Amino acid sequence: MNQYVLKLYITGHTAKSDRAIANLKNLCEKELKDQYELNIIDVLENPQLAEDEKILATPTLIRELPPPFRRIIGDLSNTDKVLLGLDLFPKNNLTQKGD
Amino acid sequence: MAKKGKLKNEDSKVNKLEIKKLKTGISGFDVISNGGLPINRTTLVSGTSGSGKTIFAVQFLAEGIEKTGESGIFITFEETPEDIRKNMLSFNWDIQKWEKEGKWAFVDASSKPEEESIEAGNYDLGAFLARIEHAIQKVGAKRVSMDSLGAIFTQFTDSAQVRKELYRITMAFKNLNVTALITAERIEEYGEIARFGVEEFVSDNVVILRNVLENEQRRRTMEILKFRGTTHHKGEYPFTILTREGIIAIPLSGIELKQKSSNIRISSGVSELDKMCGGGFFRDSIILVSGATGTGKTLMVAQFIAGSSKNDERCLLFAFEESREQLFRNAGGWGVDFERMEREGKLKVVCMYPEVYGMEDHLVAMKDIIEEFKPNRIALDSLSALERVSTIKSFREFVIGLTALIKHKEITGLFTSTTPTLLGGPSITESHISTITDAIILLRYIELFGEMRRGITMLKMRGSKHDKDIREYTIDHSGMHITKPFRNVTGILSGNPMNVPDQELERLGVMFDEE
Repeated sequence: MNQYVLKLYITGHTAKSDRAIANLKNLCEKELKDQYELNIIDVLENPQLAEDEKILATPTLIRELPPPFRRIIGDLSNTDKVLLGLDLFPKNNLTQKGD
Repeated sequence: MAKKGKLKNEDSKVNKLEIKKLKTGISGFDVISNGGLPINRTTLVSGTSGSGKTIFAVQFLAEGIEKTGESGIFITFEETPEDIRKNMLSFNWDIQKWEKEGKWAFVDASSKPEEESIEAGNYDLGAFLARIEHAIQKVGAKRVSMDSLGAIFTQFTDSAQVRKELYRITMAFKNLNVTALITAERIEEYGEIARFGVEEFVSDNVVILRNVLENEQRRRTMEILKFRGTTHHKGEYPFTILTREGIIAIPLSGIELKQKSSNIRISSGVSELDKMCGGGFFRDSIILVSGATGTGKTLMVAQFIAGSSKNDERCLLFAFEESREQLFRNAGGWGVDFERMEREGKLKVVCMYPEVYGMEDHLVAMKDIIEEFKPNRIALDSLSALERVSTIKSFREFVIGLTALIKHKEITGLFTSTTPTLLGGPSITESHISTITDAIILLRYIELFGEMRRGITMLKMRGSKHDKDIREYTIDHSGMHITKPFRNVTGILSGNPMNVPDQELERLGVMFDEE
């Protein structure tokens, strides 16, 4: 079951875009395995989609589901902030606290 | 021949290097800017809140669509497109219609307050640029307005990055062959150009809009601070914002330069006065009539109007002091039939309260009436009434603007001004505008042997010989009658008339032997 619906907007395949994709996939596999659906949208190919969603900065990660709707911008290298935006707590942190 | 050809080539080279301008269509601005905004460049329009930036930005696109058939895109950071569509309807700009016709596109960069974004790493504004390019291509835009820059800095924490990205966007405008206008906020009317160091990346062309509070009155001005590599008029020019028309700038120096002058004389309506000024007023001159209350200024206006009808001319009267009924009744008392003249289309009387508008609005309204009625003569009764409700600066600008307009159209203008004291003394009005007028007529009370009498004199008349006497005049049912000069009196103008014995007069006559 896909609990999370995520959209990642990028502008072409730049280093920044690739970094964001890698960071996001890595994090999702770790924290949301089999619980997410990820769409990657290249704004250069679909500018109207960016217009509809009012995207200014790229990369931008949109959390469509579960509510609330959230925007996370940047190459997602700051994992703590991404997790915060997705309302997730790192598993290893939790286990550490549990100890 | 060969030489000639070479010269021609060099000429065209020079022309190519010259920066061309795009006519904005904003009334008056194209005069101040010597032809509009530099083409394919970006111009920063900076102003405090309420200075008319958004209207300027919208009008830039609207005039393009309506006057030159150029499409435009509007990038909004602050107001939502819905708000802009709604707000601009009062100016007769139907943005929704233009959007349907494919002449206008919005790029909505306004932030939703409920949607705060989290920053997690490096980013750029690539998506924004892609959207702008997309919108420009969609409507084939030649014009771009971006309003207002400050708001984007509050959406992102890294202002250095935002500045860098905005610079990239202005560079993209150049490649896309669009002429762009970016608005930005400033905090003080006279201070740094704009907030957030915006001028660091759009510094080639800067226009400043001001909305200064002066003696409890708002005064709007625009100033072109710089246009890199091309010319413009310098200094602040007043402008006004009218519903249905938008921004109208008043380019004072722009119109002054084109004044012609003629030697054609016209009648003042009083034959003795015509003689005093050497055969009548010049056709495109401005005459100021100064006098205390009750000396007969409005009478001079009535006679001036009556004089026009004799030559089959048309006359326009702006009255700021008296009502229509009062004016018509008084003119009738002097044998001038305003009602008949209006019926015959030779006269138009416009009565206004000075307080209803600001000076710029008065000027624009009067200009419209003048252009519609096309008069040969214009009378204004009185300037002092207008001066009461304005600041010195805007009053002077008003008079300059009006006189320039009148002269440009070869119209004769007669303005009246009320002196504050009964006997002698200049009014404040005169000291501000006397250099602008071509002729000054003084009407003065003279107290002689316990009797109030009236005197008239031509203080100056440019380009003509004129009578230097102070002559007595009387007023009756057939108007003004000028008679002989006051010979035995001195000190009339200073307000202290004194009788001079005949002997003394003879002695003085010998002292200053006249040419």
